[in-house]
Amino acid sequence: MDSPYAIEMLGITKKFPGIIANDDITLQLKKGEIHALLGENGAGKSTLMSVLFGLYQAEAGVIKKDGEVVSISDPNAANALGIGMVHQHFKLVECFTVLDNIIMGVEPCKGGFLQKKEARDKVVALSEKYGLMVDPDALVRDITVGMQQRTEILKMLYRENEILIFDEPTAVLTPQEIDELMQIMRNLSAEGKSILFISHKLNEIMSVADRCTVLRKGKCIGTVSIADTTKEELSRMMVGRDVELVVHKDPREPGDVILNVENMTVASKMHKNNAVKNVSFNVRSGEIVCIAGIDGNGQTELVYGLTGLEPLADGSISLCGQDITHASIRNRSVMGMSHIPEDRHKHGLVLDYSLEYNLVLQRYFEPQFVAKNGFLKKKAIRDYAVKLIDQYDVRSGQGPVTIARSMSGGNQQKAIVAREIDKDPQLLVAVQPTRGLDVGAIEYIHKQLVAQRDAGRAVLLVSLELEEVMSVPDRILVMYEGEIVGELDPKKTTVEELGLYMAGAKREAAEQ
Amino acid sequence: MKKDKYAFWKSSVVQSILASLLCIIIGLLIGYIVLLFINPSGAWGGITTILKNFFTYPSHQASLKYFGSTLVKTAPLLMCALSIQFSYKVGLFNIGAAGQYVAGAGACLFAALAWHWPWYACLLLAMLAGAIFGALSGFLKAYCNVNEVISGIMLNWIGLYAVNMLLTNVKESASPYTQNVASFNSSALMPTLGLDKLFSSNKYVTIAVPLSILIAILIWVILSKTKLGYELRATGFNKDAARYCGMKEKKNIILTLIIGGALAGIGAAFLYLSGYEQWECTQSSVPAMGFNGIAATFLGGLDPIGTIFSSYFIQHITSGGAYLDKTMYSSQISDLISSIIIYLCGFVLFFKYYMTNRINRREERAQAKAKAAAENVSDSQEGGEQ
Repeated sequence: MDSPYAIEMLGITKKFPGIIANDDITLQLKKGEIHALLGENGAGKSTLMSVLFGLYQAEAGVIKKDGEVVSISDPNAANALGIGMVHQHFKLVECFTVLDNIIMGVEPCKGGFLQKKEARDKVVALSEKYGLMVDPDALVRDITVGMQQRTEILKMLYRENEILIFDEPTAVLTPQEIDELMQIMRNLSAEGKSILFISHKLNEIMSVADRCTVLRKGKCIGTVSIADTTKEELSRMMVGRDVELVVHKDPREPGDVILNVENMTVASKMHKNNAVKNVSFNVRSGEIVCIAGIDGNGQTELVYGLTGLEPLADGSISLCGQDITHASIRNRSVMGMSHIPEDRHKHGLVLDYSLEYNLVLQRYFEPQFVAKNGFLKKKAIRDYAVKLIDQYDVRSGQGPVTIARSMSGGNQQKAIVAREIDKDPQLLVAVQPTRGLDVGAIEYIHKQLVAQRDAGRAVLLVSLELEEVMSVPDRILVMYEGEIVGELDPKKTTVEELGLYMAGAKREAAEQ
Repeated sequence: MKKDKYAFWKSSVVQSILASLLCIIIGLLIGYIVLLFINPSGAWGGITTILKNFFTYPSHQASLKYFGSTLVKTAPLLMCALSIQFSYKVGLFNIGAAGQYVAGAGACLFAALAWHWPWYACLLLAMLAGAIFGALSGFLKAYCNVNEVISGIMLNWIGLYAVNMLLTNVKESASPYTQNVASFNSSALMPTLGLDKLFSSNKYVTIAVPLSILIAILIWVILSKTKLGYELRATGFNKDAARYCGMKEKKNIILTLIIGGALAGIGAAFLYLSGYEQWECTQSSVPAMGFNGIAATFLGGLDPIGTIFSSYFIQHITSGGAYLDKTMYSSQISDLISSIIIYLCGFVLFFKYYMTNRINRREERAQAKAKAAAENVSDSQEGGEQ
C-alpha cells in the first residue's frame, strides 16, 4: 500500500499543434530525494512541470500521488496535493514585506482581521528549521535575489507542501548563493521533502541530486543515479552527442590595442556612490578579456558606460585610437563596437518584431536595407535574414517571419549573436552571453567568441559563471565593488584564487 | 500538402473583423435593451432608426445627401482615430488628440475669419497648432517623464478655454457661434471638386473626405514600409531595445506626438473648413471627436485601413441617433446608445484574444482526434495481417 514514490508521472504525453512536447514520459519522484530533471531548452521540461502543476492537461498518461491516481485539473488542485513550485521568475509583490508575501492567499484571519503575529512566528520557526535566513519584515524590493528566492521557498513551506519543484533556481544567483541554495535543498530533503530540481547545469546536478531524469526533444532518455554517472554521460544523454565541455583555443599573440579605457567612473542608479570607480584597462586585437566578479559589482554599469547607454561621470574611452567618450550609441556601433547585451529581452530584441526585423536592428539604416526615399528594402532584409539564419543555425517555427517572442531562449540568443558578429566588429562586448542557455548553445557561443578572437577581433566578455571565466578568456580582470582588483591569467590561476578576488578578500596593488 | 483548415480563422485580419462585428452586435443588443426599458413600444423602431441613419429618408435624393453629411463628419473622426492609432503604435496613448483637435479648430477658424486666409493656409495652420499641442505632451514625456495621458488631459482643457477665448473675437454678435465661414470668407472653404454633385448637391462634401482616406493609407504605408515606421514601432514595442541599437528614443516620442497632433489638427480643419459646423464659444466640454477616435481606433483593430471603416460606422450610428423619435425618447438617448456601442468597441482586443484561444484549443482537439483515428486504423490493419 505504501508507495516509495511521492509523485509518479507515468507515460505522460502532451501535444501542441505541430509538436509533441512530451512523448510518453515517465518520471518517478521518491520520497525525500532530490530528483533532477535535465534537458536542453525546448526539451519539454516546462511542459512536463506544467502538466504536474495542472496548467496543462496531458492527452495520455496518469499521475499518481503516494501510489494513488490523482487528477490535477488546475494549480489549486496541485496545491491541495502539496505540490509547490519556485518559478524561475519569482512571483512576489515587490512593495510587500517578506511576511506579507509568504502568507498571501492563505492569510490567517480572525473575524476579518489578519493574525500576523501567529503567521510571523510560524515563518520564523520555519526559516530557522531549514536555515533559510531572511528578515520577515523587510520589503521584497530591498532584499537580494537570493533572499527573494528564499521567500519563495518559505512560501511553499508555509503551505506545508511536501513536493517542491525548483524551476532553474540558480539562473539568477551568484556562486555563493548557489552554494547556499544547494545546502538548503539538502536540508529540505533531509527533513523528508521531495524535491524536483529542473536545471541544465551539470555541476549543480552532480553536486546535489540523488537521481536524474533526462529529456531530449520531448522524449524521456532515461533516469540515472547520480552516483553511477558522470557529467560527460549526462551531457551526452541531454544533447544526443558528445559535447566539448572544454573550450579549445590555440595560443595567440594579441595585437594592437583596440579598446582603451582610462579612469572610467560611472554613477550608480541604485545608490549615491559610483558603481564604477576609476577603472582603466585595455583589450587588444586577437584576445578575449573577461571581466569576472559577483553580480552587482559594477559590471553592468561598466558595460553601459562602454556602450553609451549611460554617460561617464569621469574618464575616457577610445576605440581603435579614436576617442569615443562622448560618442552616441549609434556612432559607437558604426565605428565597430558590437554589444551582446546582458538582458536579451530588455535590450537585445524587439520581441514583437519578426526575426528578420530583429536581425537588422543594428543596420536597418544602412543603404543596403533602406532606399533613399525612406522605404525599407524588404527583399534585401529577407535575403540577409535568410543568410544569417542559415549561417548561424538560428531555429524558429516560421523562419524569418517568426515573431521573436515565440522563439526559444537559445535561439533568441543565437539571433543576437549572429546579428552582432555579422556586423564584423572591431570589438565585441559580450555580457553573460550564455546565461540561461543549455550546454549545446553554450558550446556554440563559446566557439563563436573564440572564432572572433582568432579572426583578430577584440572580445570583452563579462561573465558570472566561474567555469566560463576559467575556460574562455586569455586574461581575467576581476571586479569588486566597482574596481578592478586583479588581473589573472586563466592558465595560471585557480578557481579558489579567483574566488578570493571576487569576494574582495584579496587584491593586487594598483598597477603602474 | 494538407491545407490548414484553421488558417483562415487564424488570420489576424479575419479575427479583427470578427471581433469588431461581435462588439457591434453586442453593443446594439444592449442599446436595444436600454430602449426597451425606457419605452418598449418604440424600441425596435428606435434601434433600426439608428442603424438606418440617412436611409430613413424615403427619397433617394435626400438619403444620398445625408449620406454625404455623415461622410463629412467621418473625415475628422478618422483623422482623430489615426492620430491616436499612430501614437499607440509607438507605445503612447494620445488622449490629448481631443485637445489637439480643439487647437486645430481654433487655429483654422481664426485664420479664416480674422485674417481671411485661403483654405490651404488655414489647413496648414490647423496642422501646426495640433502639432504644437502634441509636441508639448511629447517634450513633457521625453524630458520630464510626465505621462502623456495626464499632460494630454490637461492640455485638452487648456486648449478648450484658450480657443473659446480666441474665437470670441470672431463670433457672431447675436449668438455664441463663430461667424459662418461660407458667408464671411468663402475662400477658406475646402474645394468640393464636384464631389457635392455626387451627393445631391451637399455642399459640405469637400475634398476632405477623399483626403482623409488617402492620409489613412499614407499612415499605413509609413508604419509598415518605411525606416521611420520601423524605428517608431520598435520604440513602441521596446524602448530599451530601441535605445540599445542607437535609435533616438526621445526624438521618436516627440516626433510621434507631433505627427499625432498634426493629424488631429487636420481633422478639425476638415470639419470646420467644410462649413458644416460653427464653433460655439461658450461650450464647456471638449468636443467628443477626439475621444470617439479612441473607440474608432480599437474598433478598427488598430489598423489604419480598418479604421476607415470603423470611423464611418461610429459616425453612422452617431448621426443615426439624431433621427430617434424625440416624442418617445429624450434627446440624449441617441448619444447614450451610440456611447454604449462605442464603449463595447473597446473590447475588440479582448474578443480577439478569446477567439485565438478558442481556435487553438479546438485545433488541438481536432488533431488529437485525427491522430487517434489514424492509430485505430493502423492497429486494425496490423491485426488483419497477423
